[in-house]
Amino acid sequence: MRYDRPLLDRLTHLLLILGVIVFGLPLWLALTASTHSAGALQSGIAPLWFGGEGLANYWQLLSQPIAGLGVSALRLLANSLVMALGIAIGKIAISLLAAYAIVFFRFPCRTLCFWLIFVTLMLPVEVRIVPTYGVVARFGLIDTYAGMILPLIASATATFLLRQSFMSLPQELFEAARLDGAGPLRFLKDFVLPLSKTNLAALFVIMFLYGWNQYLWPLLAANSPEHATAVISLKNLVQSTDTLPPWQLATAMAVMTVLPPVAVIIAMQRFFVRGLTDTEK
Amino acid sequence: MTTFERYRFTPWLLLAPQLAIVAVFFFWPAADSLRQAFYVQDAFGLGERFVGLANFQRVMASSGYWQAMSVTVLFSVLVAGGAMLLALLLAVLADRVLHGARLYRVLLTWPYAIAPAVAGILWMFMFDPVLGVLTHVLAGFGVHWDAQLHPGQALALVVIASIWQQMSYNFVFFLAGLQMIPTSLLEAAAIDGAGPFRRFIGITLPLLSPTAFFLLVMNSVYVLFETFATIDNTTLGGPGGATRTLVYKLYEDGFVARDLGSSSAQSVLLMVLVGALTFVQFRYLERRVQY
Repeated sequence: MRYDRPLLDRLTHLLLILGVIVFGLPLWLALTASTHSAGALQSGIAPLWFGGEGLANYWQLLSQPIAGLGVSALRLLANSLVMALGIAIGKIAISLLAAYAIVFFRFPCRTLCFWLIFVTLMLPVEVRIVPTYGVVARFGLIDTYAGMILPLIASATATFLLRQSFMSLPQELFEAARLDGAGPLRFLKDFVLPLSKTNLAALFVIMFLYGWNQYLWPLLAANSPEHATAVISLKNLVQSTDTLPPWQLATAMAVMTVLPPVAVIIAMQRFFVRGLTDTEK
Repeated sequence: MTTFERYRFTPWLLLAPQLAIVAVFFFWPAADSLRQAFYVQDAFGLGERFVGLANFQRVMASSGYWQAMSVTVLFSVLVAGGAMLLALLLAVLADRVLHGARLYRVLLTWPYAIAPAVAGILWMFMFDPVLGVLTHVLAGFGVHWDAQLHPGQALALVVIASIWQQMSYNFVFFLAGLQMIPTSLLEAAAIDGAGPFRRFIGITLPLLSPTAFFLLVMNSVYVLFETFATIDNTTLGGPGGATRTLVYKLYEDGFVARDLGSSSAQSVLLMVLVGALTFVQFRYLERRVQY
């Protein structure tokens, strides 16, 4: 509903722009600081505008091993990508099959199976971190991509959402497919998957962000720098030295770390909002 | 719903991957946690002995545990309160505008994509004792800022970084909630002579209260688990435990001090806490579906 209140309208825009600036400031300052030399940063307040050392800082991180870590930022970002994609694709794949079985088949213990999966919603990996480490170590999976990914896909968020979306598919669709003589796999491939595209995209966005931004589990599961992710490597740059941290490198690394997930959230805004409101409710 | 009845084997084949992963990486560790909570390991990690509730008694009797509990509760209240008020304000504003609504939404939701670890580092940079922009602003007001020395400032740092991140999450939900409020209701109130403020208090706010309750629980869960990364990158739980949350303590006792019995007991207590939160959430969800 609209009223002609030009003053209130202007105030609204003013406050929103203020909000956008305040919320953008931390990333802006990291961006500008990452383009200065270490010496320039040490001589006073963090600069509000760009310097001329940007290329050098980013190039140093990407091409040379990071001090105290032994691998380059390129490797860290690649590890993050493997982990994020592994979690997103892995979680969607196993959840898709499980939700399909629960919705479209009748078999003994169906409800029990659903609850066994469903109860995982209650306990995030942080709660059972010590014994999970023990189990993963027993399988010799510490310091492997599988060990970093598998415990994080043992959760029901995606199964739950896909189950809801499958149950809302029109009943006539199923009848028609049956008349056509479609078996379970053809029904899944030709009917269910094409109709669930939006939900799958939304899930992918949420799971990719979740995977990329993981901290505690990869910190433990990736013992060696070869498997470290971008997010967990930052601590090395900020906390390792007693003197002033090399902020020009830390901020450059932070910018590179946030770029992929921020790009995903902006490019897929529609799916992101849908995924967020659907997975959590 | 009609189903594929003749297939006996296929559903199990489809369920197998998820059931296997859940069994190995969820139920096994969870059961392990439960069992360990009642045992004590000897000094060499070779043997263990059943001790009943002794681990729980030890945890409950330690002042460190209650300090972590009060830090967590205070942290949750501050983050939930701050992030929800800010988000509500911005969502109401964004809901009002006709031009640029979509752009505002993108520009206010992107912080959600940032890892809590990175959020901590970005704010630590702004509050750096030497070159932080905000440190210098505060110095202008006569405040000497060094989060490594002052417990209150350390907590403020992680609270602000968390609010920054959670605001965008809350914003998405409040905006969705606002857009679902029927305009006819607001119009009727306007015809009755209610001004914008009266309409907000009388109609918008009550209709948003389920969303607000949902966000309160989600923000608490966020503080419980996700802020581990923020803390581990900035204050490391200090100074003097001022930012040591329950999960941070669990990590320290389990992986740094290697006190398996105590950390397992803490895990179990945390499970109960999260279980209670989830239960409350579902009770609320049920009511909401009927509504």
